[in-house]
Amino acid sequence: MRIRDVIIIGSGPAGLTAALYSARANLKPLVIEGLEAGGQLMLTTLVENWPGFRDGIMGPDLMTEMRAQAERFGAEIIRGNVTHVDLAAPPFRVKTTEGEYFSRALILATGASARLLGLPSERALLGHGVSTCATCDGYFFRGKPIAVVGGGDSALEEAIFLTRFASHVTVVHRRAALRASKIMQDKAFANPKIAFEWNSDVEDVKDLTRGEVTSIVLRNNLTGALKEVEVDGIFVAIGHTPNTSLVTGQIELDEPGYIVTHMGSRTSVPGVFACGDVQDHIYRQAITAAGSGCMAAIDAEHYIDGLPQHLGEPGLVDDDIAVAD
Amino acid sequence: MASEKVTTLTDTNFDQSVIKAAQPVLVDFWAEWCGPCKRLGPTIDELATDYDGRVTIGKLNVDDNPAVAGRFSIRGIPTLLLFKGGQIVEQVVGLADKDSLKKMLDKHVPAPAQG
Repeated sequence: MRIRDVIIIGSGPAGLTAALYSARANLKPLVIEGLEAGGQLMLTTLVENWPGFRDGIMGPDLMTEMRAQAERFGAEIIRGNVTHVDLAAPPFRVKTTEGEYFSRALILATGASARLLGLPSERALLGHGVSTCATCDGYFFRGKPIAVVGGGDSALEEAIFLTRFASHVTVVHRRAALRASKIMQDKAFANPKIAFEWNSDVEDVKDLTRGEVTSIVLRNNLTGALKEVEVDGIFVAIGHTPNTSLVTGQIELDEPGYIVTHMGSRTSVPGVFACGDVQDHIYRQAITAAGSGCMAAIDAEHYIDGLPQHLGEPGLVDDDIAVAD
Repeated sequence: MASEKVTTLTDTNFDQSVIKAAQPVLVDFWAEWCGPCKRLGPTIDELATDYDGRVTIGKLNVDDNPAVAGRFSIRGIPTLLLFKGGQIVEQVVGLADKDSLKKMLDKHVPAPAQG
């Protein structure tokens, strides 16, 4: 059995930056990219806050570059979805749908996935008017009215993007003010196609019997008043849930379910490091994810250097641990 | 590049190739501009090889074939629909891994002939 130095689970900015740094440290990382390869930036358009690109860069292009850069230094990036990890003792075991891998250090960069409202009708109409991805599905709503639920930067970015296609965009927010950054708010308020429904919760998505979205029912959470808004689509942008199902019960998570890190990227399990949105519910930026990926790679490198000789000696990277013992 | 085992479906050939087909047909609704669709592409190609002779695997470009996409209220892609005897028996919206798609197909098709 081959024991690698580092396996990285996830291929967003955090995972690929960890791959770049650990590849340059000659740790020959294996990156298992996961179903949503490239991470959330693959679903964005122009990224204007990635330093170094004064005119912005398209999210998918940025990820293509990051991937190529990591590969250039020897990172091995494979398709596949991890189904199981065993963190009981090193070497850590990582199972995918196709195979099984072992490593001395493990970097978790599994990110976060879009959260839904939790309405039964919402799930049933996914793909038939309910969406969590404006860049994927916006095109279907040319000339149609749609709604965006949420009040953060991603909600406004989706709303602004969707005005390219939609006749009208209603932003539904459960509070009286937005959480989004000033620049995004200014853009949204200035856009004649965007209107707001404040203090509103989505009560229902119709129409299940027709199998497509025809309207949403809003409930004003101050007055209790109900209001039906006719829309052909509803885009849900109410935040993300960390992808921790692989490690639940094996590693310390905080109350909302994020991986707890300390002293950089260290988790409660020695040799297991976490970076990016799976451990960050505060910043959640591509640049902070990348920064934490760099930290995880350096922390993993230090960890491997400090391991007992038979585990840490670089020359034994490909050897069976039992033989090396 | 799409596998040669993948059938290209259109507004014109859909009824003949899917609704009236003798064996089950998995239809992948996709478009050129859809990133997740491109990521699903290789999996679809592999399924076409794995299920050759048992399930027809077809791709339908929603831009070029709005009639079929509209008929099934497709408003998000990638969407996969499995047709059996002209009826939709399974639906998968968004990305899915090969394993779960195989499990889904195996519920509806016989195991490959031995030998």
